[in-house]
Amino acid sequence: MIELRIHGRGGQGAVLAGNILAAAMALEGRHVVAIPSFGFERRGAPVASFLRFDTREIRQFTNIYAPDCVLCIDPTVGRAVNVFEGIKDDAVWVQTTAKPLPELQFSEKIATVGLCDAVAIARDIFGRSITNTIMLGAFARTTGYVSLAALRAATEESAFRDAGLKQNLEGLARGYEETVVHHIERRVAA
Amino acid sequence: MSAVLKPKPNYIVCDGNEAAAWAVSLSQVDMVAVYPITPQSSLVEYLAKFIADGRLGAEIVDVEGEHSVLSVLQGATLAGARTYTASCGPGLAFMFEPYMRTPGMRLPMVMTIVTRDTLTPQSVWGGHQDAMSVREVGWIQIYCENLQEILDTTIMAYRIAEHHDVMLPVNVCHDGNYLSFATGRLELPEAAEVAEFLGTRDVNWHVALDPERPMAVDPLTGGAGGPGPALFVRYRKGQCQGMQNSLAVIEEVHADWARRFGRYHAPLVEAYRMDDAELALVTLGSMTGAAKDAVDAARARGQKVGLAKVKTYRPFPAKKLAEILSPVKAVAVVDRSVSFGWNCGPLFQDTLAALQASNIPAMSCIGGLAGADITIAHFAVAIEACAELARTRTPVDTLWLNEHD
Repeated sequence: MIELRIHGRGGQGAVLAGNILAAAMALEGRHVVAIPSFGFERRGAPVASFLRFDTREIRQFTNIYAPDCVLCIDPTVGRAVNVFEGIKDDAVWVQTTAKPLPELQFSEKIATVGLCDAVAIARDIFGRSITNTIMLGAFARTTGYVSLAALRAATEESAFRDAGLKQNLEGLARGYEETVVHHIERRVAA
Repeated sequence: MSAVLKPKPNYIVCDGNEAAAWAVSLSQVDMVAVYPITPQSSLVEYLAKFIADGRLGAEIVDVEGEHSVLSVLQGATLAGARTYTASCGPGLAFMFEPYMRTPGMRLPMVMTIVTRDTLTPQSVWGGHQDAMSVREVGWIQIYCENLQEILDTTIMAYRIAEHHDVMLPVNVCHDGNYLSFATGRLELPEAAEVAEFLGTRDVNWHVALDPERPMAVDPLTGGAGGPGPALFVRYRKGQCQGMQNSLAVIEEVHADWARRFGRYHAPLVEAYRMDDAELALVTLGSMTGAAKDAVDAARARGQKVGLAKVKTYRPFPAKKLAEILSPVKAVAVVDRSVSFGWNCGPLFQDTLAALQASNIPAMSCIGGLAGADITIAHFAVAIEACAELARTRTPVDTLWLNEHD
């Protein structure tokens, strides 16, 4: 079982991203459960959503405390919450940022990093920083856990509140294409 | 060219609230009355959308509050309609007067409780306190463990409620937040097969608002003289008998569901890894999945532990639970609500009553209040406490699982 935690801010679609990803993984025949964390969500406040996937039935309906992977769809939410909290060894981190890897601080447990300037892409496509589908493309590119084709199919079946399907499909593709993946050598022996 | 394998058309990916709405749609209800309340709101929004899209040919009544919701549906049921609503927490509290009256009138409604902890302290999150607060009102109460069980059980609830040996309203309970908003893949039965499974609706053969057969609905009975006392007892005993009859009907309906749709859900109590168990957890609702994983982990460590999941909570399947728990040395009951009268969990009290003829020691654990999580680690603590109870056989205080979170 792989456990993913998605971090974002209210209004960016972190919960919808979890649901689209769940639908895409279900299309590919995986067992998957996505659960949003809950609080008094409001635009701009840090939010999280959780997703488990496996080749066998998932029985737990609980939050995720020790993720294998963190997907961060906002460039600054890491200042408000510790996005690496509880992360497992050799974890994957997918982050939206305009900065190159050497300028970023991250947990020593991270083995793979996927970086994507989703805010710039979102401004280009949507005219504002709605990054969720773009970062799903980045997630697919970095992890290979889901295909771009399945994400496209799941996105086509989603109802978007305030942006068109065509733009989101473009975001997905550009997120996939414009992500840079880094493999980190373990800096500290356990 | 596309690498995407289209799923079979009978799979959908949705959350628990939408799963309930799909079930209502497949059950071809005639009338829905709704008032939104967290965490139920999206459920009634899905219903409104299904009706607007023409998928569900029901009338929807947007009323000014939950008291009117159930009053509207009482009238509709008396006129012969299959009806549905959903509520929780403060909404359920505001609904209480017609809610209390529904089982006595033997109206076979189905209503989802998207369970929520009660005010106050102020909270909008899940917990069983709302449903537990109405456990003695006379509605059948069935709790769901996962998304598929929500869909399947909500459909089955109509056949249970409308069975002529039962004729009682059913609450299908699914956990606020952890099930209402969890998204996963579930199988969608064919509409025609569901229609065949449910059969012809016949909901007002016994009591009706019908100009062709005028009758006084719910006339005054009781008191200390004349025919009143005996008549009142007859009604009450009939209601109690309907509840008891439902135990067999619930089993029969689940068995028929499994035959037709290939999915069997334990109707009253599910026994999980109980064969040679020395310790047992008793659970209710969506906590059960993590509890099963905790049982597997404890088994891997060599502890002989099993689990009994109560699905049908009212009427309480005392005989079935006692039978499943009979071989163990100690029991830990995990509640997602409290009994203020007894300083423990309500399911714990019921379990004690079911075990009264045995000398198995039991303890109460309370977790998951107001949206708190009950994780595998919490269940490991409960299992340890249960093992200690088996050794000492000394009564212990209620264990509050999230007290130090």
